[in-house]
Amino acid sequence: MSNISKEQVRHVAHLARLAISEEEVEKMTKQLDDIIHYAESLNELNTDDVEPTTHVLDLKNVMRKDEPGKWIEKEDALKNAPDKQDGQFRVPSILE
Amino acid sequence: MSLFDYTLKQLQDKLHNKEITVSDLVAESYNRINAVDDQVKAFLTLDEEKAKARAEELDKQDGDARSLLYGLPIGIKDNIVTKGLRTTCASQFLDNFTDPLYDATVVEKLQKENTVTIGKLNMDEFAMGSSNENSSYSATRNPWNTDYVPGGSSGGSAAAVAAKEVFFSLGSDTGGSIRQPAAFCGVVGSKPTYGLVSRFGLVAFASSLDQIGPITRTVEDNAHLLQAIVGHDPMDATSADIEIPDYTETLDQGVKGLKIAVPSEYLSEGVNPEVKQAVLEALKVYEDLGATWEEVSLPHSRYAVAAYYLLSSSEASANLARFDGVRYGVRSQQADNMMDMFKRSRSEGFGDEVKRRIMLGTFALSSGYYDAYYKKAQKVRTLIKNDFEKVFEDYDVIVGPTTPTPAFKVGEIIDDPLTMYTNDILTIPVNLAGVPGMSVPCGFSSDGLPIGLQIIGKHFDEATMLRTAYAFEQATDHHKKQPELGGAN
Repeated sequence: MSNISKEQVRHVAHLARLAISEEEVEKMTKQLDDIIHYAESLNELNTDDVEPTTHVLDLKNVMRKDEPGKWIEKEDALKNAPDKQDGQFRVPSILE
Repeated sequence: MSLFDYTLKQLQDKLHNKEITVSDLVAESYNRINAVDDQVKAFLTLDEEKAKARAEELDKQDGDARSLLYGLPIGIKDNIVTKGLRTTCASQFLDNFTDPLYDATVVEKLQKENTVTIGKLNMDEFAMGSSNENSSYSATRNPWNTDYVPGGSSGGSAAAVAAKEVFFSLGSDTGGSIRQPAAFCGVVGSKPTYGLVSRFGLVAFASSLDQIGPITRTVEDNAHLLQAIVGHDPMDATSADIEIPDYTETLDQGVKGLKIAVPSEYLSEGVNPEVKQAVLEALKVYEDLGATWEEVSLPHSRYAVAAYYLLSSSEASANLARFDGVRYGVRSQQADNMMDMFKRSRSEGFGDEVKRRIMLGTFALSSGYYDAYYKKAQKVRTLIKNDFEKVFEDYDVIVGPTTPTPAFKVGEIIDDPLTMYTNDILTIPVNLAGVPGMSVPCGFSSDGLPIGLQIIGKHFDEATMLRTAYAFEQATDHHKKQPELGGAN
C-alpha cells in the first residue's frame, strides 16, 4: 500500500513535537515504512462488521462527587520544575 | 545460602522466632547488590539509608498480627512512582526527577504491609522494549549468563529476583513485560487481569493495556504479593470494583479434572524446538496430575503483534505528550521559544525506540490514517478478544510457551525493531484480550538458559491460573535451580 515519504516523517515529527535531524529522517522513514508495511497485514482481515475494542472491560463513565478536595500544594507542584519564578512555571516566550 | 532462598512463610517464622531480624533481611539485599549488581545492573536508584532506618523501626514493633509480607525487601520497577525517591522510567528525560510528590497506589498498599523498598529497578525506557537494552542508563544482564539479555521491559525486576538482590519485585506488563523477562530469568511473573491492580502512579505507556504485577521466586509468594496489591482504587477510573478472592486459599487444590487448552499457534514452527519440548513435557506433568489438554486455535494470534504496535504506540504518543519540559524533567537549554523548547527537550530526552513509537503512534492517529490503522487495529483487537472468549467457554486455562525462544544475546537484535517486536508474539494477545497471564519456570535450554511456561486464565480468574501454576511447580524442580553469579553465593 502506501509508502511513507520523508516529507510525511517531517510532518509527523512536528505533530509529535520532536526535532529530528536529516539523518534521523532518513533512518526513521525506512523503519516506519517497514513497520507500517508489517501492520498492513491486518488488511487481510475483513472487519466490516466488527465493533472496535477501545477497552476490554465493560466500563461506563466513572464519575466522582463534585466536591473540592485537597491535592498537591503549589510549592510541591513546582518542586521538580526545571525553571520557575514567583510561584509559577517559567517558559521561553510563546509569541515571536 | 541466601536468606532469600526461603519462602515468604519460612521467613515470617524466622522473624517471629527471632532467628533473624528485618535488618538482617535488608542487609542481605544490599550486601548482595554490592557483590553482584555491577554485573547484573538491575538497579537504577538505591534507597539504602531510608531502608535501613525503616528496618530498625520494624524490628522494634510488636511481632503479633504482622502481615505476611512484613519486613521483606522489595524492588520497584522505575516506572512506578515513589514519593521522594527518584523515578526515571530509565529515561534521560526524567534523570532529574528526584522528588516525586506521591506514592503509586501499589506502593502505598505495600507500605501498609510493611515491606521495605530497597530501590528502583532498571527497565527499557518508558517500558518500550523486550531486552532492557533500551534503558538510557545501562542494560541489565541476565543472571544466568551475563552475555544474554534479561528480557524486558521489566528486565531489572526479573533479574534482581533471579540474582537474589531482593526477595521479590514489582514490574509492569503492557505486551509481555513481566512474563517475558520472568521466563528469560527463570522466575515467576504474573500479569493480572486488566483493571485488577490500580494503575495510579504507574507512568502510563498504553493505558488500555498496562498492568502492574508481581515477580517472585515461587508461585505461592507470587499469590501473596498479588493479594497485597489488588483492589478497587477510586484514583484509577479503570480499576475494577469486584470482590477479591483469597488467592492462596485454593493454591493447593490440585488440577484434577482441569481442562487445559493449548493453542496450536503457540507451538507452531516459529517456536524453538527446545522450548516446544519443555512445554510438551509440562503438559505430560499435567496429565499425570489428572488434568486433560487439547489443542485449540486462537486463529487471529498472528495479527496480534501488528495490532498491538499500532494501538500501544498510539496510546503512548498521547501519554508521552505530557513530557514537555515545563513541570518536571529535563529542559533543553538550546531553545529560545516555546515550540522549540518542547521539540528540543523531547528530542534530547527520549531515546530512539521511544521516538520511533511516538512517531508510529502519531502517524496512526493522524488525519487521513486514523481509520486505516488505529481503528482497524481496534477491530482486530475485538477478533483477538473473541478468540479467547470462545476457548474459555470450554476450557479452564490456556497453556503454552511464554516466549518463542530462550534469552538472546546482548546486541543480537537491537538494530532490528520488527524482530524485537515478534519476541512478544505469545504474550501480546493476552494484553489485548485483557485476561491474566503468568510465566513459571519449566526447563532449560542446552545453553543453560531458563524456559518459561505461560498459563493464561479467564478474566478475574487469577485463582485458577495460580492454582494451575502451583500444581506444576510442586511437581517439578525447575524453580529450585539457581544461577551461578560471581560474588557471595
